Amino acid sequence: MRAIVSVFGKDQVGIIAAICALLSEKNVNVMDLSQTLLQDYFTMIMLVDVSCANVPFSQLKQELTEAGAARDLDIRIQREDIFDAMHRI
Amino acid sequence: MLNNSDILSTIHMIDQEHLDIRTITMGVSLLDCCDPDPKAACRKIYDKITTSAQNLVKTGEDIEAEFGIPVVNKRISVTPIALVAGASQGADCVPFAKAMDAAAKEVGVNFIGGFSALVQKGFTDGDRRLIAAIPEALAETELVCSSVNVGSTKAGINMDAVRLMGETVKAAAERTKDRGGFACAKLVVFCNAVEDNPFMAGAFHGVGEAERVINVGVSGPGVVHYALQKVKGQPFDVVAETVKKTAFRVTRMGQLVAREASARLQVPFGIVDLSLAPTPEVGDSVARILEEMGLEVCGTHGTTAALALLNDAVKKGGVMASSSVGGLSGAFIPVSEDEGMIAAARSGVLGLDKLEAMTCVCSVGLDMIAVPGDTPASTISAIIADEAAIGMINQKTTAVRIIPAPGKRVGDTVEFGGLLGSAPVMPVHPESAEAFIARGGRIPAPMHSLRN
Repeated sequence: MRAIVSVFGKDQVGIIAAICALLSEKNVNVMDLSQTLLQDYFTMIMLVDVSCANVPFSQLKQELTEAGAARDLDIRIQREDIFDAMHRI
Repeated sequence: MLNNSDILSTIHMIDQEHLDIRTITMGVSLLDCCDPDPKAACRKIYDKITTSAQNLVKTGEDIEAEFGIPVVNKRISVTPIALVAGASQGADCVPFAKAMDAAAKEVGVNFIGGFSALVQKGFTDGDRRLIAAIPEALAETELVCSSVNVGSTKAGINMDAVRLMGETVKAAAERTKDRGGFACAKLVVFCNAVEDNPFMAGAFHGVGEAERVINVGVSGPGVVHYALQKVKGQPFDVVAETVKKTAFRVTRMGQLVAREASARLQVPFGIVDLSLAPTPEVGDSVARILEEMGLEVCGTHGTTAALALLNDAVKKGGVMASSSVGGLSGAFIPVSEDEGMIAAARSGVLGLDKLEAMTCVCSVGLDMIAVPGDTPASTISAIIADEAAIGMINQKTTAVRIIPAPGKRVGDTVEFGGLLGSAPVMPVHPESAEAFIARGGRIPAPMHSLRN
């Protein structure tokens, strides 16, 4: 199952490193990643594969949210299907 | 990979534009719960609902977590109880409502609909008992919603039922006068009621439906409003296209969730109902969409045309996005549940007569309208008759959910809280319709009902 991780917040050192470390620890593979910076505002979108994750989706979601909160970032993970449904025919 | 701007637009819709799945509603047939002994029937109803829907709330929450899309309500609709209670000869129907309420609380859903009767052509004994029980049933339960179908294009309008429902609405308000007549917010009087509507208070599980079914209602007035802000001043062709495209996206999301819920619960998928259902929150209003089209205040001249375009474009966008669109699909105009409608009603621009005109072109009818507490039952019946006539002639669903707020006058406000919002008390015509309603009998079905 593939999912989209999106990260929004104020730019700071080590955002990508921290999130990738967390994902790697959960055995979640990062398949694609794009990042932009608008003034000081950081936006990152990652396509990840969670089919081999070693924790349930709900726990992964919670840990990402907590990791985001610790850095004042808004991090969410959503199944890719929802974006496909809305934007692909 | 998906386009980043697509991903961001979806997230923006959810975060800023109040996009949500308004409801996952499980329809459950209770036809096999009929029993000559009312206690046995109530026990069967409780057991069937709690077994059928035991995983409904958890499934809704799981889907919400995985897809990151709010699933606001989980609900149940059941077979019209008049059909089930009809088998228990002479029984009081209030215990049936209590059994529904207890079952709904046990499984944790937000509402349960189907304390209903279909009397468009005439009453059975069960129908009469059910309608008599409505005021007490709604006052003594929390989650039960009730609806009565008093007319249809095929059958005409049962004016005895119209008279009875005016009195029932008044009695329901009186029974809950300490709560602003709250029971009336859970009572809908229909013409051409649909059997697969997932929205409350009018949801019930029609007799032509399967044993169990999953229907999903999606919403998104905020998303449409936001999309229209980007096409300011452009011709209506552009407006219609914009609404269609937005409705398409929203419905696709609903279809995905419906399929997912259906697979997880192992209950067949029924329909997606794409209805622009407002909430009292700012940015989630149908009235503001109409104003965005160029009206100073919702309710002024041009409102009916704006709503007609909106309702039709929503359907067109939705139809291609789902394998099965049903329910009421269109735009709702519940006054108390729509921040823009509340403001328009309070300013005096939006009145009952304009709302009635709007119901000719929107998906339902006069919805969540508070009127003075001293409004006679016959006037409420007459309002119901007018709405039913619009539905009957135009072959569409119309409904009346009206609250004669006890002790309140024009200009007062009734607070219901939550999604039901707050309703400014609106004036009704003081001239009597007493003699009109006292006639009873039936308004015959229109010529175009004879299509065979």
